[in-house]
Amino acid sequence: MIVRLAALLILFVLIRTGESHAVQPDERLADPMLEARARDISKGVRCLVCQNQSIDDSNADLAKDLRILLRERLTAGDSDQKIRDFLVARYGDFVLLKPPMKASTYALWFGPLVILVLAIIGLIVFFRRRAALDTTSSGAASLNTEERARLATLLDGKAGDDKGNPA
Amino acid sequence: MPRILFIAPLLLFAIVAAYLAIGLTKNARILPSALLDQPVPSFDLPPLKNDKPGLATADLQGDVMLVNVFASWCVPCRAEHPLLMQMTHDKTVPIIGLNWKDKKADARAWLAELGDPYTRIGHDPSGRAGIEWGVYGVPETYVIDRGGRIRYKHVGPMFREVLTETVLPLIKELRK
Repeated sequence: MIVRLAALLILFVLIRTGESHAVQPDERLADPMLEARARDISKGVRCLVCQNQSIDDSNADLAKDLRILLRERLTAGDSDQKIRDFLVARYGDFVLLKPPMKASTYALWFGPLVILVLAIIGLIVFFRRRAALDTTSSGAASLNTEERARLATLLDGKAGDDKGNPA
Repeated sequence: MPRILFIAPLLLFAIVAAYLAIGLTKNARILPSALLDQPVPSFDLPPLKNDKPGLATADLQGDVMLVNVFASWCVPCRAEHPLLMQMTHDKTVPIIGLNWKDKKADARAWLAELGDPYTRIGHDPSGRAGIEWGVYGVPETYVIDRGGRIRYKHVGPMFREVLTETVLPLIKELRK
């Protein structure tokens, strides 16, 4: 029995070490639904100390405090959005790993798309112009009457100067 | 094709270069406070020392003040400390201490060793009041106006240049 328990414990530890997030067992909420929401929110919240990690990943002290704080608020019945708003009010939009869509971030969200559309329009214009240039420079339509007469004279093989005048 | 279009790539380059010049030379780790021009958050902290009052929202009204967030475990705090001591000695501006995520005994020993420049000190061992302030790294220094609004935030140790070029002129203006 003891051996089995020990084996189970070792297995549990092995499985646990496979997870990379920083959430400590004592931080977790008993309610799995709330805990899932907490994990979901904290994955989108930036750790202000390490800045490129979420508070879910970070071992920083402040990240732990924020994880505990948001779990407390969840338990108290706050909505996900209310918790995010709470953090944004104190730390600014930067605390969210995904920038919010609003007037000041439109350039960020739509800028690349606008540049892509402009580039495509530019390319279309470029190729159309080149195609037009090709037909006018190589097509027979570009020869005027005088030129055609000269060409005909030359092709007929009759001697003459290059102005089409007979010898 | 109109002649003017030939200048477009150059113009585009200039715009991108200008953006990068601004964006890449800014210190991305320093964030503007989300609470700038907002009233100080509501909080109430017990005193750190028996002979000095604690700190609550209502204490930050009526005068221009500095709020300095510090901790005994914070090395840069030690670096800026002589400057704070000098400011208090010169009676430049009242400095309020917010002792963040620290043990009472450690913080008291630290102040006994280096001197205590603060007029009041709130003790925030859990860091909750710090979160209300948007604190993410110590030391942090806030300038509070007479109406109890946050007007400036400096993250990291206070340097003499920041003090003379930014903080002191701001204090002077807020006192008018």
